[in-house]
Amino acid sequence: MGDRSYDVVIVGSGAGGGVVAQRLAALAERGGRILLLEKGARFDEEEFTGHELEMAPALYEDSGGFLTADGTMTLALGRAYGGSTVVYTGTSLVVPERVIRKWGIPGLEHTDVKARTLRYMGENNVHYLDPAEINDNNRLFVEGCRATGYEARQFPVNVKGCRGSSLCNLGCPNAAKQGTHRVQLPRAEAAGVEVVTRAEVRTLSEGALLVEVSERPKGGMGRRGEWEAGTYRVRADHVVLCGGAVGTPALLLRSGFRKTLPRLGEGFTCHPALILVGEHPREITNDVGHPKSYYLDRAEEEGFVLETCMYFPFTTAKNITGFGPEHRAMMRAFPRLQMILVLACDEAEDGNRITVDRAGTPVVHYRFTEEVIARLTRANRAAARIFFGAGAARVHAPLARPHLIERADRDRVGERIHERWFVPGTVTVSAAHPMGGCGMGSGPVESVTDSRGRVHGHPWLRVADASLFPDSLEINPYLTVMAMADRVAQGLLEEVGERFGSVAGGAQHE
Amino acid sequence: MSTSALGAARERFRALAIAILPDVATLDPEGWRALESIVEDALAARPQRVIRQFRLFIRVAASLPILRYGREFGALSPTQRADHLARLENSRLLLIRRGFWGLRTLVYMGYYGQESARWAIGYRADSAGWSALEGGGAAGNAQGEGDGVGGNHG
Repeated sequence: MGDRSYDVVIVGSGAGGGVVAQRLAALAERGGRILLLEKGARFDEEEFTGHELEMAPALYEDSGGFLTADGTMTLALGRAYGGSTVVYTGTSLVVPERVIRKWGIPGLEHTDVKARTLRYMGENNVHYLDPAEINDNNRLFVEGCRATGYEARQFPVNVKGCRGSSLCNLGCPNAAKQGTHRVQLPRAEAAGVEVVTRAEVRTLSEGALLVEVSERPKGGMGRRGEWEAGTYRVRADHVVLCGGAVGTPALLLRSGFRKTLPRLGEGFTCHPALILVGEHPREITNDVGHPKSYYLDRAEEEGFVLETCMYFPFTTAKNITGFGPEHRAMMRAFPRLQMILVLACDEAEDGNRITVDRAGTPVVHYRFTEEVIARLTRANRAAARIFFGAGAARVHAPLARPHLIERADRDRVGERIHERWFVPGTVTVSAAHPMGGCGMGSGPVESVTDSRGRVHGHPWLRVADASLFPDSLEINPYLTVMAMADRVAQGLLEEVGERFGSVAGGAQHE
Repeated sequence: MSTSALGAARERFRALAIAILPDVATLDPEGWRALESIVEDALAARPQRVIRQFRLFIRVAASLPILRYGREFGALSPTQRADHLARLENSRLLLIRRGFWGLRTLVYMGYYGQESARWAIGYRADSAGWSALEGGGAAGNAQGEGDGVGGNHG
């Protein structure tokens, strides 16, 4: 077993880990030993082929189909140098003030989160796409919203040189998406932060991490890990966990931290989502162009958000509920399909939590509450009306039976789509926004960390990822994760910076 | 690659797959091999327990019609097959619903994961994006050679 020593070890390289690594680069430049461990692999540009059966196993846990404990929902958990920022669509929003107020975390102010978020928007080249870059799938969403009395908003996105491949969720083949793998991590590495990929942290205790570096699978994708395959004991004065809302609680749970942190793993939320498709009489541009350019935010009023989306053939087939000739006909209409992702704003509930099995593997427990089902139902109805408002000939809605609603029935959407058709295990529900498990708060009885990500009772340990969120965010989360990670990194710099000269400056974002 | 995951369940799997996705009935032997290879690879990445459960579900799903129709799934009429699958999909038992969901997911993966199927449904996504569209269209033209715009408009 190899032994290594560092001043700070960061676990995970996504939105949280990338930001922490970049902020701590100031320490590395002054001789600090900073290590970042990433479970996934580092990919070369030419490896992003856009083929879903090649890319999904390489970039996601369980190929993007990580099942919850009862098998009724799949989670998309990114796993690569850059974490989930490699596979998101780059949608970049500032968290609403009402969400931070509702969280009620002592010491966490919306003005601070917003200021940090805006800084990363600039750093990541966040902007609105030009109208010429918007495809029909998105234009029809805007038209449909207008026709039904809703107001669609354009997503700011973090791309540079987007060619409109529509393959964002399989890793951009054109290096356009400004994830941490393109922005924060290269800067951190250039400044001396050491990054080791294919490195999974198995357990953690004060001052030591047990790390397993895996071989590059024969014929697999991605580069070899920077360290030889094997087991390492890594010593560290400080540890920052950025493994995401499933990975971070699971690591702490299998390391025995639940004994002193009873809320560890609790409060899991994820914005459970369904996909609806509308078939138009003519071909539209849907699988070309940025796939997620507009959204409809009804979170505050109705508890849901609608987003444009466009997925790949297998993913689309899986998400269209049903089978047989009807399902086949919908798939055969692919060039005429408009697609909407409906997301429910769920709330932290008792029982929705992360545990680990005997092998230490994460297990996600999630029960759909009546409120979540009601929100998904309202969202289904809104999406169906938007499709028809945009001129769709028929709509496939997972919460309608039969699933197909013909245009002649468009005035009966309210009765055709109903809660009773939400049957777990029949309807394909997925989620890509895992949150919670190490919620912030004021003490160890009701939370895991404080508002600066410091784990209660363990001053050497911090968390800087979406597991900090005590409840759902109600927007796409990566920028808020970055803002929170920035706060956490600033706190660490203030604590240890004097050892390395005056690098503690917390005002980098201001 | 081992073909052990489907094993003796292969024929039953094929009968169920055709009813789930009628397109697979037209596959030639090479097409079936490709489909089953994708399914086998997907199963191989899962624990042995899951593979056993999958095989068991195939057997149960194909045998249950004996209770209602007196014969196995493969001997049912197309209408009876569809009715049976609908009963599985909407079973009162979550275990059965999950099993059916997993089966249909694998069938879709095996078929739509193939290049030929992507062409068949008219899927056009390409790394070159707009510039790959014949004629370019308004957006394609606006982007010239397809090197993107990337300016900060927001």
